Amino acid sequence: MTQRHIELHQFPGGICPPTQKALSTSRPIAYPPLAKQLILPIQQHTGMPGRVLVKVGEQVKKGQMLVDAQLPMSVAVHASTSGIITAIDEHWVPHPSGMKDMCIFLEPDGLDESVEYQGYENYLETNPTKLLECIRASGISGLGGAGFPTDIKLKASKIETLIINGAECEPYISADDMLMRERSEDILQGILILLKLTKADVCLVGIEDDKPQAIFAMKQALEKDKDDDTHRVNIVEVPTRYPSGGEKQLIKILTGKEVPSGKLPASIGVLCQNVGTAYAVHQAVALGRPLVSRITTLAGGALSTPMNLEVPLGTPIGHLLEYTGLHQEQLEQLIIGGPLMGFPVKTTSIPITKISNCILATKQGELSTPEQARPCIRCGYCTDVCPAQLLPQQLYWFSTAQEWQKAESHNLFDCIECGACAYVCPSEIPLVQYYRFAKGEIRQDRAATEKSDRARERFEFRNQRIEREKVARAARRQARANTDTKVLSEKPHAKPMDKQPLRSAGAIGDVESESIQSLLVDEAALEAINKKIRMMEDRVGKARERYEMALSDGLDTASALKRALDKQETKLTTLLSERERMMSHSDPAEGKET
Amino acid sequence: MKSSPYSRDGMKTPTVMRWVLAALLPGYLTQIYFFGWGYGVSMLLLLLTAVLVEAGVLAIRKRPVLETLKDSSALVTAALLAIALPPFLPWWMYVMAGSVAVLFGKQLYGGLGFNPFNPAMIAYALLLVSYPVAMSTSWALPLGLAEPADILTASRIIFLGDPLVQLDALSGATPLDTYKSLAGVELSDGIWQKPIFGEHVALGWEWVAMAFGVGGGLLLLKRIITWHIPVCVILGLSVMAMLFGWDPDRSVPIHLHWLGGSLIVGAFFIATDPVSAPTTTLGKCWFGIGIGVLVYVIRAWGNYPDAVAFAVLLMNFTAPLLDQITQPKTFGHQKPNRTLIKVQVK
Repeated sequence: MTQRHIELHQFPGGICPPTQKALSTSRPIAYPPLAKQLILPIQQHTGMPGRVLVKVGEQVKKGQMLVDAQLPMSVAVHASTSGIITAIDEHWVPHPSGMKDMCIFLEPDGLDESVEYQGYENYLETNPTKLLECIRASGISGLGGAGFPTDIKLKASKIETLIINGAECEPYISADDMLMRERSEDILQGILILLKLTKADVCLVGIEDDKPQAIFAMKQALEKDKDDDTHRVNIVEVPTRYPSGGEKQLIKILTGKEVPSGKLPASIGVLCQNVGTAYAVHQAVALGRPLVSRITTLAGGALSTPMNLEVPLGTPIGHLLEYTGLHQEQLEQLIIGGPLMGFPVKTTSIPITKISNCILATKQGELSTPEQARPCIRCGYCTDVCPAQLLPQQLYWFSTAQEWQKAESHNLFDCIECGACAYVCPSEIPLVQYYRFAKGEIRQDRAATEKSDRARERFEFRNQRIEREKVARAARRQARANTDTKVLSEKPHAKPMDKQPLRSAGAIGDVESESIQSLLVDEAALEAINKKIRMMEDRVGKARERYEMALSDGLDTASALKRALDKQETKLTTLLSERERMMSHSDPAEGKET
Repeated sequence: MKSSPYSRDGMKTPTVMRWVLAALLPGYLTQIYFFGWGYGVSMLLLLLTAVLVEAGVLAIRKRPVLETLKDSSALVTAALLAIALPPFLPWWMYVMAGSVAVLFGKQLYGGLGFNPFNPAMIAYALLLVSYPVAMSTSWALPLGLAEPADILTASRIIFLGDPLVQLDALSGATPLDTYKSLAGVELSDGIWQKPIFGEHVALGWEWVAMAFGVGGGLLLLKRIITWHIPVCVILGLSVMAMLFGWDPDRSVPIHLHWLGGSLIVGAFFIATDPVSAPTTTLGKCWFGIGIGVLVYVIRAWGNYPDAVAFAVLLMNFTAPLLDQITQPKTFGHQKPNRTLIKVQVK
């Protein structure tokens, strides 16, 4: 089979830090023994958490769904092994802010007994809707880092190019590399499924050229499997340059197109998936296996045997560090992710989740820890390496001076926080930290403005309503007076007369009294429903509080409370939609009025 | 808790400054070789003054003295001044220049990174307008026209203004100045016969300029500076010289502009001071062209023999504006944002 020639493009900027990958790629992917306790965060993806389906004390099997994906942006979570649910409680989760979130605690029984997996044998001939359902039910969200629900991403229409991201540009991390080396055939099948679902014309698998073995393995898999679809798949070597694995950067390299600022790749007909995701899709569709484990790199000089592990989700990282021989006395920094975009570990009981690609345990002096930052000398090295072509030093000035408007006009929100600027900064200024801070502040400002805008609108709406009621009252009085006169005189020409005072009031044009009447009814009904909604909101809030309290205390009443909460929520939704309908009804009347 | 990235590249600000110092060496040593130890004495005076003043101000401002001194930026300022100033000024002028540069040029604005103007050029310009005679007659004659001053002679001239030393035999005007004052009076061929121009372009000066060019090449090679500013400075001046100075009988020819004054050291070492220059690529180009044009304008139609200091300072004024209107096109955007910031009035 001939490989199509793909013309490569260059993304602006970028850096070439030492890759440090050989350490963890010298050993095959290993399987650590089960930890004594697995901690499964209810939410491991970008979106909203699903509903917990299990109770404390329940016996579960491997692959059994613990959290469902009924809500639109939720992703299912499955038991990574068989055992007993010991608690549902808050715990530290891998998050840059070091926050706590709801987690399901699972005590393995050591049997690793799984539910019966049922895949689609002829998956390439199966109905796409069924495949998407299967992917959703298998709890797959992007394994590359962002953790976006995969089935939702795959629903994008008009995709021309499917890009499979195997660049893995960040130093130390080699999880995708090892996955491609060892399981290239499964990945290829996953790619074919993705191709079928996206209906893309072409698939480009971008792999950095510092992974010759992975490239070779992928090409071999492609050689072996010759059918109509595989000729659309191209394995493309891309130059090793950080951050080539960034979604926008890889798209630029492979297609020459720039994803417009603030838009998704789908807007230019491109869809990007990580190789790990492709693998997980194959496992789910072909074998019926939900996502219960992932490949994680354990790297760094403080480990005696750095390597890649297939880790059951929920395994505390301390367990893995122990397995790979952590020298506690040498340890300097413990980082989740790579050295350029990772974040520090708060406690070693933090679990591995669907997006944890690397645990980095560095020894003293392995990474140059910045000293005290010196003043910016505007040398512009940051500008040269910025892949978003921003002016990092200007953004830094604006951030320190809290000139948010200027920062925004210099496109602060196009910053992908890759860290290239800070990496080269001769003054060792933690630039990305400033950008994160500035972004956070601006977002907060925006939220506050929105809130005050809403309040103002409400206030104006109220004033309008009062005004309207006043006019309506006047109209009613007038109408009554007219009927009185009508009754008295019984003259037919009285009708045009009765409009005169209304016109002179100048507020209402040709509104008939009937419509005023209906308007009033609408107003009253709206008021009533608003009151109901407020009450219901209170009730839902209280119910949630009770439910969460029960959940954290591990009470058996939790599930009952959950049902109550759900009921209240449904009621609230009904009320909200009713109000929606009423608003849309009353709109035309309001339009006439003005 | 620090946030990512946790990894840094090698070159730090002090290292950058030391590389600049190292890159100045070829030019500086050539200066000493051709023009004698006046440059040695002035360098010592300036380095000492700059460090002492910097330390003093830092102490008053309650900033870490030793830690900040280590960034070596005061040394770079002092070294640039020593290279740019004539070698036979009275000692107090060097002390004054060093103090003004560090105190008024830099520390009063808040120290390194906050100064809108090139500190060395602030001090140079001050001396130039305050002591025009000393600044135009205290230049040393190159090797071949005079015996370069040894340390003792140079010290006696600088510290004592020693009447026993035949200063006239050692110093004079620069080749640029000489040509400019003779152009229009004599024909080009006649002017070139003057001994100060030597066999090629300008005796001694030409080698100094080229040696600074080599140092500049080192900075480019180490990626401490980019080519934009130096190339554009030379380009700007060259275009002007070709447009207005094509007649060698009436104006200074282009190669003397290049090699007869401080253009090369200015283009590679002074104009490229990142703090006071624009940071965008396009901004750097305009900045360089502006300096080149202004150097020509001042040299050709102004009263000052060399013009790098004024040209650089004038263009320093424009740096913030240039940064604003030359923003690059951000990735994923249709076109660059080059308008002035619109401030929303609420």
